[in-house]
Amino acid sequence: MKFGVVVFPGSNCDHDAFYAIDNILKKPVEFIWHQSQDLANCDAMILPGGFAYGDYLRTGAIARFSPVMKSVSKFAKSGGMVLGVCNGFQILLEVGLLPGAMMRNSGLRFICRRVYIRVEQTDTPFSNAATKGQILKIPIAHSDGNYTCDQDTLRDLEKNRQVIFRYTTPQGTDDAAGNPNGSTANIAGICNRERNVAGLMPHPERAVECALDSADGLVIFRSMVEALVGAAKATA
Amino acid sequence: MATAQTEIRVTPEIAAEHGLTAEEYARVQQILGREPNITELGIFSVMWSEHCSYKSSKVHLKRLPTRGKLVVQGPGENAGVVDIGDGLVAAFKIESHNHPSYVEPFQGATTGVGGILRDIFTMGARPVAVLDSLRFGPIIAGKGVSEEEAAKNRRIVDGVIRGIANYGNCFGVPTVGGEVGFEPCYSQNPLVNALALGIARKEDLFFAKARGTGNPVIYVGAKTGRDGIHGASLLASAEFTEESKQKRPNVQVGDPFMEKLLLEACLEAMQTGAVVAIQDMGAAGLTCSTTEMASRGGLGIEIDLARVPQRETGMTPYEIMLSESQERMLLVAEKGRECEVLDVFTKWGLDAVVIGEVTDGELLRVKDRGKLAAEIPAHPLAEEGPVYRRPIAQPPLRNETPADWFSFSAEGTNLTANFVKLLGSPAIASKRWITEQYDTSVRTNTLAGPGASDAAVIRIKDPETGIVKRALALSTDGNGRWCQLNPRLGTMHAVAEAARNVAASGARPMAATNCLNFGSPEKPEVMWQFSEVIDGLSVACNELGTPITGGNVSFYNETLGKSIYPTPVIGVLGILEDASRVLKIGFREEGEVIILLDASHAAERATPARAQEFSSSEYSKTIAGIAAGEPPAINLAAEKRLQECLVSLATSGAVRSAHDVSDGGIAVTLAESCFAALVGEQHAGPQLGANIRLEETSPAEYLLFGEGGARAIVSVAATSLARVLDTARQCGVAAQQVGQVIRGDAFRIQYKGSAVIESSVAKLHDAWAHSFERVLKAH
Repeated sequence: MKFGVVVFPGSNCDHDAFYAIDNILKKPVEFIWHQSQDLANCDAMILPGGFAYGDYLRTGAIARFSPVMKSVSKFAKSGGMVLGVCNGFQILLEVGLLPGAMMRNSGLRFICRRVYIRVEQTDTPFSNAATKGQILKIPIAHSDGNYTCDQDTLRDLEKNRQVIFRYTTPQGTDDAAGNPNGSTANIAGICNRERNVAGLMPHPERAVECALDSADGLVIFRSMVEALVGAAKATA
Repeated sequence: MATAQTEIRVTPEIAAEHGLTAEEYARVQQILGREPNITELGIFSVMWSEHCSYKSSKVHLKRLPTRGKLVVQGPGENAGVVDIGDGLVAAFKIESHNHPSYVEPFQGATTGVGGILRDIFTMGARPVAVLDSLRFGPIIAGKGVSEEEAAKNRRIVDGVIRGIANYGNCFGVPTVGGEVGFEPCYSQNPLVNALALGIARKEDLFFAKARGTGNPVIYVGAKTGRDGIHGASLLASAEFTEESKQKRPNVQVGDPFMEKLLLEACLEAMQTGAVVAIQDMGAAGLTCSTTEMASRGGLGIEIDLARVPQRETGMTPYEIMLSESQERMLLVAEKGRECEVLDVFTKWGLDAVVIGEVTDGELLRVKDRGKLAAEIPAHPLAEEGPVYRRPIAQPPLRNETPADWFSFSAEGTNLTANFVKLLGSPAIASKRWITEQYDTSVRTNTLAGPGASDAAVIRIKDPETGIVKRALALSTDGNGRWCQLNPRLGTMHAVAEAARNVAASGARPMAATNCLNFGSPEKPEVMWQFSEVIDGLSVACNELGTPITGGNVSFYNETLGKSIYPTPVIGVLGILEDASRVLKIGFREEGEVIILLDASHAAERATPARAQEFSSSEYSKTIAGIAAGEPPAINLAAEKRLQECLVSLATSGAVRSAHDVSDGGIAVTLAESCFAALVGEQHAGPQLGANIRLEETSPAEYLLFGEGGARAIVSVAATSLARVLDTARQCGVAAQQVGQVIRGDAFRIQYKGSAVIESSVAKLHDAWAHSFERVLKAH
């Protein structure tokens, strides 16, 4: 089992994702350079947060054209596990691996704070170790996290149970009050129809130790590990 | 100034236009043994500007204590460096970007952050934290402040905050702390001081000292444009007038993405072992970096401007040498190994060009397409600039009488309404609206971000193994109002508070950095303030064991002849031997005993002194509109005792929370410790309140809102009480049990048997948490 963390010029959560997998999860992990088309036999790819290529045009708009994304798309389409966090989520939207788009936060400012998200679906490789309805405390840090999509897409997302995480309050009682950025249907994270590609705006890699205020993000990485172990067994 | 051409013949008038005095110009002629050409004149004028040469401050700065057993590098390099154990070092420094931030708040602030970050990674250290110390004019219209002025100040606040956020967030460094103050004197002259902290292995440190004749000099990073020409000499070294907006082209423009690439590429290039020396191009750009590297190495440097990557066409040698385009570095590589260095920069998509070489003979030689454009002895240019012992004159004593001072309310007055007002005042109110715009958690090291602890606390991951043992705490402080009333005493308080904040987070203060913001050094009373501040700084840093490792002086902070308050901002760095022992300000559980630790023995002070010192408090300013008197007397030995006590309590894990007493006094300290259980609107745990009983003879307002130092509030589990009292006694600190943490929403302070403050925590929290946001959003 090996994780790959893509490094775009301007990625700035690449080290954090690497650290979480290497030092906390204690699983093999490797950086994959943006100009490489070789994914180094990784079993799961992580697109980290940051400002790929500066994000001066539109978040993720340049990154989608990078050589590594060709390989990541191919990997995803053949069933490979891909997780995009923050900027990584934005890139997955731009490259079309996930539906919808990101707009500027409704408050028109960068927001960094801890938020609470509810696990809506557990039959995905990114949430299978969580329990349905579990509330996770995880920080966000973004300017463009206002998820939006048209009505048909939203209907499909809900129908196919692709909304994995939704913003909510600590008690999980009032989703709208817990929505920090104006996202449609309080969406914090979604997966594709095939459930092997997911993106979320909160940073699970920043919530992997109690010393950092929360270890709730670990469940997402643990889910990925379990899914990989399961897949390995199935093919064995 | 019109665009200068090489053909222009230099006259004394042109020298004067460049800010050089007749004596300075004569010295230039003497060093060269001839008339300078216009490029050379430009080079001298920036190198000898106040901003680059410290010509007015140098004689005073010598008095600062700069040595200590943990100090690896003191002032004089890009940043100060201290030993933090296990072969690791911390590089840190604070710098101002005041003038540009007034002319163009967003770009001024971004480039301020960019500049200080470059200072850190130039040394081979990866930046891990930024703090910002900001001062603005009033943001609420009122007495003496028009709505127009307040609106303008709000725009400056917004631009500066967005600028800091934009740069740090994109670069990927957490902005974890700092402070914000408001006084009328900053209306025309806001202060933006940025501090950066980085970590490196000791043997991987880099210095800006050229070595090895024949070694190639390499230019890396952004292309050179016409932006920022004379930023250091004209913008930062002269006061503002009505025409200052015309100086906007002198402000540089920042590109955090470029800086992020530069960081990664520089650190990677350094790992090749082929880099000999490196210096960032900050103030005075190519001029300063070439001159200083050559001078420090006792060698010369020769460069050819034709090879410098340029953003615009037709730039003259004068413009290229003086450009302050951002995100550029100059490095010296080992001859024959330059390809290894160039390859790294190519990988990161950055320009990297050999533009010259290190030479014998201590000359800075600048060629332009083979033609000599400037030739100046590097050492005299860098080190033998003018040094002034400017005239000093103490301003006339303020003739205050007790009638000018605050008069305490009658006994029994309910002070709750005043307290709510105080909590909502811009100085005291929560700055969450600001700090949420900063990425505070990137790099996953933030153990205590803004407001969580008295200091920002960052854990130290070993750069290779990722293993965490220790943590670093940082706090910046400075009270301009106190320094205006008494520069020496005010400065001692700034050091004491920064060190106290660090200790209240559980860390042992180890070193300091300083940013000294003043009016014009050509005014004798400003130089008196400066000299007093240096003396206060020296005494306090000596006493508290925090040597100064670097910093920055910013003069000419005045507009239309009016100076700002003398505003020294002190950053103190401390170390926690065990990263898991961080102390935060929030009460944790119902039933904790609340203890006031007091090493100051303030109760012994006589009545008239109380009114005088209270008149300089936030409460006096907010409630009575009085800003007069004197800062509280200070007892540095008491401060030291309190700090020892706090560190000792943190180390043994005996206390549950700690929060120092400062702006707004004990009442504010207690309220903030209750608020910490709330996270914005959302509280995950039970709400906590406090029931406090104070039995003292001094007036209630003095007791509740007085800002005398050497005090802190700690909360203690009942089972640890005896241990805490024992530690306090051993440290020579009085420990008074003043109340208890209670479950629920009540906040009550009793004084001589009757409640002087009684409110729900929710009401107090609302005033404190939302005032700032309301003011800035409402317009």
